[in-house]
Amino acid sequence: MIPIASSSRVYTSAQSNTLRPYLNAVRSTLTAALTLENFSSQVVERHNYPEVEAGNSQETLLQPLLISRNESERVLIEPSINSIRLSICIKQADEIERILCKKFTRFMTMRAEGFVILRRKAIPGYDISFLITNFHSETMLKHKLVDFIIQFMEDVDKEISEMKLSLNARARIVAESYLVTVSQVFHNPSNHTSSVVRKTDLEHER
Amino acid sequence: MSVAPEVHQLSIGPLTAAAFSPDRSQLATCANNNDVLIYNKTQDGWDLSATLSEHDKLITAISWAPRTNRIVTCSQDRNAYVWTREPSGEWKPALVLLRINRAATCVKWSPNEDKFAVGSGARTIAVCSFDEENNWWVSKHLKKPLRSTVLSIDWHPNNVLIAAGSADAKARVFSAFIKGIDAKPQPSAWGEKLPFNTVCGEFNSPNGGWVHDVAFSPSGDALAFASHDASITVVYPAGPGEPPAAIQTIRSISLPYVSLSFLTETSLVAAGHDCQPVLFQGGADGWVMTKSLDDPNATKSLTPQATGAARAEGSVGRLNTVAFNRFKQADTRGQSSSSSSGGSGGGLSGAPGQTATGELKTVHQNTITHVDAYEWKNDGAVGKIFTIGKDGRLAVWNV
Repeated sequence: MIPIASSSRVYTSAQSNTLRPYLNAVRSTLTAALTLENFSSQVVERHNYPEVEAGNSQETLLQPLLISRNESERVLIEPSINSIRLSICIKQADEIERILCKKFTRFMTMRAEGFVILRRKAIPGYDISFLITNFHSETMLKHKLVDFIIQFMEDVDKEISEMKLSLNARARIVAESYLVTVSQVFHNPSNHTSSVVRKTDLEHER
Repeated sequence: MSVAPEVHQLSIGPLTAAAFSPDRSQLATCANNNDVLIYNKTQDGWDLSATLSEHDKLITAISWAPRTNRIVTCSQDRNAYVWTREPSGEWKPALVLLRINRAATCVKWSPNEDKFAVGSGARTIAVCSFDEENNWWVSKHLKKPLRSTVLSIDWHPNNVLIAAGSADAKARVFSAFIKGIDAKPQPSAWGEKLPFNTVCGEFNSPNGGWVHDVAFSPSGDALAFASHDASITVVYPAGPGEPPAAIQTIRSISLPYVSLSFLTETSLVAAGHDCQPVLFQGGADGWVMTKSLDDPNATKSLTPQATGAARAEGSVGRLNTVAFNRFKQADTRGQSSSSSSGGSGGGLSGAPGQTATGELKTVHQNTITHVDAYEWKNDGAVGKIFTIGKDGRLAVWNV
């Protein structure tokens, strides 16, 4: 992975907190990279596989391109004559986001068939990978594919921060209700334990 | 000039290859599978008349000989067949001994129709001629110095020279002289003595892109090739052993061109991933892009939007809100009115613009896979061209 990253050009946005130029860069790179054609293997007889995955004929691969918004968010686009591989590194600021991201991408990749262009396994160093072959660009409109990837990149950040917020909110509610009951126990030690449990349940339902 | 193109939707998936019969009343095409479909022209479109099934993998190219009325097809199953029409109207295949062990990628009849050439993924070009004794087609291989899959070939009008574009980012001109079939060719700018496998020229694509298509000009004194770095190069040879008199490169700001075809000595049309055929004009002292034949920014009367949405707005009901209509549109029609799809580009700068329905404004909705001459004017210039695309459409354009 390191030689690929070092050989590819790195575009770093000066304003690292602006999403728009980052997505525009991804969109135009993806539009240019999705110029695929049907290309039969020149190594194995009667085979036709994504050259970017096989990687055994050098001349069919193009220079991979790394677009990074900041050190934690980046997209690697590896084009070839009949397929491209796009890998996304999703923003993970802390431990919670890391866990959420891992669960989220695992949920997606386990259902990779349903997503058609999703790669079953992300390439090392990235959280999620897409593999688009010429067969996908033949059956689906190309600009819609690009729109889908951009939409996904927009939504995945939103999704993860929303999950983080709701997780925090839930944690707060749990802690609050726990502490309320605990303080009640301390103030009225005569209270029965079972009522404490019932109170906590009620809090949860709310 | 501004007559709208004639458009036919022949399949849902891509058309990988197409060739017209000499009188343009029949069309041989392949809908992204292993069958060649022969269509007859009718008043309101095309009727399927025959299916030629002998190949067992995707058909990559079809060529129809204008005088002898024979079809040659080649496929990723490493085979090629020559189809001749019986008096009964059936098409009869004849095997070609290609002796290649990778996919055949392109095929073309020579101008005299006594030979054809097949490019392949085995880094060879098989030049095939008919063997009367055994009643089959035999091939001779052009191998050196090809280093990668041959993506395209074209014949020089003298029936001897052949141009090939390959995935090693080079366009080459070879001699495919076969003793006993060809008469000794007249010396041309490409060379004088031309034994088999003479390399008459080797040209790099400007930025190292795969050479998708090559074409000789009608006189054969110029060679144009389109490469994946979105450029078209036209080469004018000076003479044998000398560097070319001129190499003109047109770099475009659009996506790469996949196919090109000369209209006259001084004009050519190219088409590819930006879904529109583009006209170029020039000569040995320079080439320029003249116009697109299908400019998405030009004002044209777009067909009115489907009426379903308008009727829903007028109907009575609780669920007649803006949000509900938006979801309904997204669900039933795949329309998204959100501003997130920023594909507002248009013209020749990358992807063509989209209409409100999410379709491209161009006639072809996906990459154009092949462009070729359809009809000639009295002075020999091409009057009409046809294009086929990955969207399954066939379009005939006036130029």
